[in-house]
Amino acid sequence: MSHLERKLSAREFVVTAELPVIDGGGHAEIERQLEPMRPFVDAFNATDNPSAHAHCSPLAVAIGLVQAGVEPVMQLVCRDRNRLALEADLMGAAIHGIENICCLTGDDVSAGDEPEARRVFDLDGPQLIALAGGLQGGHYLSGRRIEPAPHFLVGAVENPGTPPYEYRVRRAAMKAAAGARFLQLQICFRPVLLERFMRVAHDTGVSERLALIPSICILRTIGGMRFVAHTVPGIDVPPETVARVENAPDAETECFEIAYELASHALAQPGVAGLHFISFRKDAGIAKLCTRLGIPPRIERETNGYRASVAV
Amino acid sequence: MSVAGLIARAEHAVKGPVWGCQMCGQCVLHSTGLTCPMNCPKTLRNGPCGGVRADGHCEVKPEMRCVWLKAYERSERLPVWRGHIDHLRPPVDNQLKGSSAWLNLISGRDRQVPGGWVAGPDVTP
Repeated sequence: MSHLERKLSAREFVVTAELPVIDGGGHAEIERQLEPMRPFVDAFNATDNPSAHAHCSPLAVAIGLVQAGVEPVMQLVCRDRNRLALEADLMGAAIHGIENICCLTGDDVSAGDEPEARRVFDLDGPQLIALAGGLQGGHYLSGRRIEPAPHFLVGAVENPGTPPYEYRVRRAAMKAAAGARFLQLQICFRPVLLERFMRVAHDTGVSERLALIPSICILRTIGGMRFVAHTVPGIDVPPETVARVENAPDAETECFEIAYELASHALAQPGVAGLHFISFRKDAGIAKLCTRLGIPPRIERETNGYRASVAV
Repeated sequence: MSVAGLIARAEHAVKGPVWGCQMCGQCVLHSTGLTCPMNCPKTLRNGPCGGVRADGHCEVKPEMRCVWLKAYERSERLPVWRGHIDHLRPPVDNQLKGSSAWLNLISGRDRQVPGGWVAGPDVTP
């Protein structure tokens, strides 16, 4: 059982973070990216060609993370692989002891820098969750047996900040029914939408069935803010938030303040199982934000226990 | 042309203009508010992706309203099958592409799922 699974099962607060994309530099590069946030994070997401840009594969990076002594969450998207290739990567992950899997539909190829590529989408996100469940049950999609069966902690993503808002929690319930046990929620720059999602998930019992982990994005520059606001599919940044960074004397400080405000708000929602941090560049932003939020380093949380202070 | 081929042609003549039928051969219109999910550029069978724009339009085709947004709204208005949109639909059987979903419904072929599809043909959350 993975460290993340044990913690989520015990309802302990978890901190996950996205490892910035790797484009070479060997294991040293993975270590360099890990170093500033390592003390705070329970598991690191190895992303799968995010925004449809090619990078080192999530399986290769997840193996690198295991070798670096930390726990990976291997993301898999349906855009680039058919069901055979997805099964192969899941089984490949299993032989390296990688158990945490995050299943996504994936951004379209048109969001990336190779829009001429063929989009696959042989499966969709919920089907991929069920596929991983089948492997755990000891058989490939065909029914062919696998002995011994692999073990996974299967999770997924849901976006509380994009229409149809009132349907998103039902979609989360569908993912739970398919076998997902955690959801890393998409970055949401509109607190009212995250609040609505978490409230409905709480009231309908969905947050009891799977661990909900809101994502917080730490940006540093006005260029980064504009990229997220205008380019990343499914993320709606209010114009006033972009203007706040544009008009600030120091963009990095203002971006950090925005991340702090969103994270404080997320922590105050009912049923929050942890936080997922995304910082696109190697920096100490995640450690700094955890400290400001009063989230102790991992070892300290494990030794002394920790519950997010809910200020409702 | 075979009888099956003729029926497939007739089916497409009816369902093409009305629903933009893509002849996947395993029709799920009843569970998607009579909106064909194969018109989603990602051909998603189980709900909208996370890339829907704030105005409800498609990530891939900004001029088009999200197929799944329409499916959700229409399914809420349907007098029957309303909750079916929440069911987990199995992966598309690519062998059925171009064949008649009507014939596959009668023969039960459209409900055959791979032996390892644990969720069955239909799962209710």
